[in-house]
Amino acid sequence: MSGDRMSGPAAIWDAALAEGRILLQRGPDGAALFPPRILAADHGWVEASGRGTVYSLSWIPGRPPAEPRNVALVDLAEGPRVMAPVVGIAPDAPAIGMAVQARIEPDGEGHRIVFGAVG
Amino acid sequence: MGDRFPRGRVAVAGLATWGVGTCPGHTTLEMAAQATRLALADAGMPVAAVDGVFVCLPDDLFAGLSLAQALGLHPRFTDNNRTGGASFMSHLVTACLMLDAGYLDCAVIAYGSNQRSAGGRLATPAAPDRWDAPSRPLFPVSYYALAAARHMHQYGTTRDHLAEVAVAARRWAQTNPEADARGPLTIAECLAARMIATPLSVRDCCLVTDGAAALVLRRTGEIDGPRVPVLGAAAATWYNSVRAAADITVTAAAESGPRAMAMAGVTPGGIDVVQLYDAFTINTILFLEDLGFCAKGEGGPFVAGGAIAPGGRLAVNTNGGGLSCCHPGMYGMFAMVEAVRQIRGTAANPVPGADVALAHGNGGTLSAQATVIFGSAATV
Repeated sequence: MSGDRMSGPAAIWDAALAEGRILLQRGPDGAALFPPRILAADHGWVEASGRGTVYSLSWIPGRPPAEPRNVALVDLAEGPRVMAPVVGIAPDAPAIGMAVQARIEPDGEGHRIVFGAVG
Repeated sequence: MGDRFPRGRVAVAGLATWGVGTCPGHTTLEMAAQATRLALADAGMPVAAVDGVFVCLPDDLFAGLSLAQALGLHPRFTDNNRTGGASFMSHLVTACLMLDAGYLDCAVIAYGSNQRSAGGRLATPAAPDRWDAPSRPLFPVSYYALAAARHMHQYGTTRDHLAEVAVAARRWAQTNPEADARGPLTIAECLAARMIATPLSVRDCCLVTDGAAALVLRRTGEIDGPRVPVLGAAAATWYNSVRAAADITVTAAAESGPRAMAMAGVTPGGIDVVQLYDAFTINTILFLEDLGFCAKGEGGPFVAGGAIAPGGRLAVNTNGGGLSCCHPGMYGMFAMVEAVRQIRGTAANPVPGADVALAHGNGGTLSAQATVIFGSAATV
């Protein structure tokens, strides 16, 4: 969260995420954009479907007792790429190319996107 | 227009490294100032002759001011460019243009880091941006791991290929007294090493060391002693987070390399020795491809069979690189130092007849790239 007094594109995005929506900006050519930017503030927003495809993924084994976790780059169906973990998959399973669906979870004082496998 | 560069008209007049490996008891500023003093002595120039100070320190946002003060100088110009490990290549671009224009007469580029002695961890204020931070990537290794995982998926690159890069670097380091990691290292040991962020193990990651270095630049025609002219230099910035990459397997080196080579009037086949910022093993593969030493996707097979090790087809990271020589946090400076030493013939592992040397810097997390081409006097 960026504080109540923030009002730019980043703050609009944060507020939507807190309501369970992933917003993408429209560029001048209509293409969806992420992350939000002030230079694209005139063309409106579109809500992402949350559907995506894993573009790359890396596991962080950590040291016990920490559980393995991962960090992924996911291509949203609308085009933009986001970084987020993919939860509920095994560390040895092939992940690149996997269809995933976003959900939003609380994260500290804010919220974050996580993905789960589809089906 | 753009990219007009004073090919060969500015040269490295002196250089020094100091405290490479372990250098307890010193601040980063002390280390940078000491390397500067030694580089000026190498150049035969008094400290008072310096009128341009270019520096990046890990822990000082006002390093340009601090180093001027530490040297007792009132320089005409300071530059504290912070493009990460490629900062020093960007410094060199600016210094060359300013020297050739006559704005400056004697420039130093300096770096110092006590990263190992200060705690053995990457001492950096750098962090993921606000969009990536909630995923808690390991900074910076997760970014390189994502590039490596995609490279493997897209081109069939293997962990053996990554290990080849680590072993080649170690073999060069073994005959470089300045290198920090000189013990034996095998492909099997790399493959069995503890995983940090798949597919990168601890043996795919650079060292954490101390180290300082400095270069002195002057107009070539005014240098009496050894001189190593700068033939071309280009920086390219494509994004901060590699999240924004169209294709994570292609870096801005694909821009900086061809631009620098065009300025220099050389092609990859005309480059005798190559120094690449190998923060992680995947870097060497990505940059060999992007700089044109092999086709995109063929970097793994290109490095296989000891091809970039001593006696291989291409001399790469002849000091041992960030993987086995030193990595104080922003290695770009040391890539340039080794390139210049190769042209001078003073490298620990001299490549016979080296006339053209390339030094490539990586900044951020595969974000900003910068390439410098140095030549012998015969190339100007």
